Amino acid sequence: MANATTTTRSNWARELFEWVDARFPLSVLWKEHLSEYYAPKNFNFWYYFGSLSLLVLVLQIITGIFLTMNYKPDATLAFASVEYIMREVPWGWLIRYLHSTGASAFFICIYLHMFRALLYGSYRKPRELVWLVGVLIFLSLMAETFFGYLLPWGQMSYWGAQVIVNLFGAIPFVGEDLAIWIRGDYVISDATLNRFFALHVAALPLVLLGLVAVHILALHDEHVGSNNPDGIEIKQNKDPVTGIPRDAIPFHPYYTVKDIFGAMVFLLVFSVIMFFAPEMGGYFLEHNNFIPADPLKTPPHIAPVWYFTPYYSVLRATTDELKWVIGIAVLIFMLWALVRHSRNTARMMLLGVGVVVLALLVVLEAKVWGVLLMGASVVIFAFLPWLDRSPVKSIRYKGWMYKLALTVFVIAFIVLGYLGMQVPTPTATRIAQVSTIAYFAFFLLMPWYTAIDRTKPPPERLT
Amino acid sequence: MNVKRILAALAAAALAAGASPARAAEGAKLDDIEANLTDVASLQSGARTFVNYCLNCHSASLVRYNALRQIDLTEEQIKDNLMFTAEKIGMPMAIAMTARDAKSWFGTVPPDLSVIARARGADWLYTYLRTFYRDASTPTGWNNMVYPSVGMPHVLWKLQGEQVLKEVPATTRDGRPVIGEDGQPRKLAKLEPLVPGRQSTAEYDQTVYDLVNFLVWMGEPNQLERKRLGVWVLFGLTVLVFLTYFLKLAYWKNVH
Repeated sequence: MANATTTTRSNWARELFEWVDARFPLSVLWKEHLSEYYAPKNFNFWYYFGSLSLLVLVLQIITGIFLTMNYKPDATLAFASVEYIMREVPWGWLIRYLHSTGASAFFICIYLHMFRALLYGSYRKPRELVWLVGVLIFLSLMAETFFGYLLPWGQMSYWGAQVIVNLFGAIPFVGEDLAIWIRGDYVISDATLNRFFALHVAALPLVLLGLVAVHILALHDEHVGSNNPDGIEIKQNKDPVTGIPRDAIPFHPYYTVKDIFGAMVFLLVFSVIMFFAPEMGGYFLEHNNFIPADPLKTPPHIAPVWYFTPYYSVLRATTDELKWVIGIAVLIFMLWALVRHSRNTARMMLLGVGVVVLALLVVLEAKVWGVLLMGASVVIFAFLPWLDRSPVKSIRYKGWMYKLALTVFVIAFIVLGYLGMQVPTPTATRIAQVSTIAYFAFFLLMPWYTAIDRTKPPPERLT
Repeated sequence: MNVKRILAALAAAALAAGASPARAAEGAKLDDIEANLTDVASLQSGARTFVNYCLNCHSASLVRYNALRQIDLTEEQIKDNLMFTAEKIGMPMAIAMTARDAKSWFGTVPPDLSVIARARGADWLYTYLRTFYRDASTPTGWNNMVYPSVGMPHVLWKLQGEQVLKEVPATTRDGRPVIGEDGQPRKLAKLEPLVPGRQSTAEYDQTVYDLVNFLVWMGEPNQLERKRLGVWVLFGLTVLVFLTYFLKLAYWKNVH
């Protein structure tokens, strides 16, 4: 039994809680999202990265607020103000390194979080919307880091932004005007820095927070719920008395304590990097970015930060030769549509798409196609729920074809990422082209290979 | 110190993607050095060389003179020995030369050196400062192996002396000439002393090492503190990893 003091205190706390709860759905929210959110009991290693991404988001917002207190979004002051934070602001170096390491950590967590979805089919019905919102979060995160990377106003900040904004200039007719509209100037300048600052510290964080809330709400919907490594729906097997899935455990306390442990391991690894190798050998903080931005001196080798390099590689790999490959692929696709589809409307539609793509191949130059493919390499993730035709969700019960395809995709992604950091050579470009084809083949051939792949029957209950 | 270095190496290896993103080194192979920021004497010697030789054309405008207290110098020592143009110890290491003058005298504005070590790396600076050679074809009469046609003359030439670039036939370890793929004997660019300086080669290498060591320190004055704090943080987090692991086990003991 509790003694007198704690009883009074708990009464006081309970009264306050009840007072709030009568005016706000506090206990309802707590139950819906934590204590009575029933999650599959067999989450493994890959399931840490959702909560870890959220942890990094909070870390970035908090450290970002403190950085904003001393950072100056002014082309003449920005570079020095970052070094002022590193040298003069008490604990400024710690805040700055937390933020710069956090940016890379964010992408590591998000990539592993997305890979989990590829492993266990988490994007499939009924979680299509969870996945689509997730892809939007990913896009917003890319925008957020892109804007943020200009702020230190080093050479890589400046020329990286210059290269990416110039890509918009490649769009026919409106491109040049669009690029000027984005920059607010003919080159990256003080005007660009100011607007990127506004987008980085206000606009995109708001978008991200909103999308993350929608992502979690969509997941916690009573008809949806978390997927699991077996990829079976635990809600199809509920206890008739309680109505709780038999293979589920409440998120709180089980997954809260588990995720706290995961957070500690993550912070340990994070701290090893942040305290002992914050530049990460030039991957997390590029060497050239310690040279102040100079609009008159183009660095000999411009490379984006590591988390953008796979897509940058796709851009660079798109040459006239690759256009031929795309053309041949489209022709094969049209032939297949002719032979395969008996329904006239569907056939005509597919053929129409093919003709449009072929026309665009003739009209648009390779540079524009590079931009299109780079965009496509990110957006294509959104189509996964409808590309995957496998009767099972989890890789545990999929056949060798999906396993092979996923392996090839991961290798292609890493190879593209590596090549995107290197100076291009003829051999490297060839490898990047093969990897680009493998990258897109993973998605575009998925309806075919997942349909014919020999799957194993998934179990009734979680294993 | 060793533990920290191992940890740093582990962190770097975690990405294991082969060669790290290239630093711009156009010409010569870089000599490998390891900065040692615990060697206060070396840092102080580097600071002396820096203010005497560099801080006339190059500024270090992000660093205040009193930051040198972090390398165990007193305010009096800094004021009496290292401050030539500044009046107050809290002032940044600025220079009197204007960018416009610099442009007309050297053809380019000498970069601020506050974070040069983070941009170039210690190896590059160490090799660069030791590979100036006489070249009558350039406006300054000097050229450099690491940074060809550099606008900077050899400021430390009285210490190092003068060198010339000679093309010598490349030889293998046992003295036979190396034949290139085109069938011609391979040539190797090599620096040879022309006029001796005040310092011997070993002394000059030490001077440059100290200077580069100082530049590395100046690039991030808090780096030793960062690593010191890091050890404690890792210690604390390791304890927390174990505590939370056992907490998780305790909560999960009935889940099957």
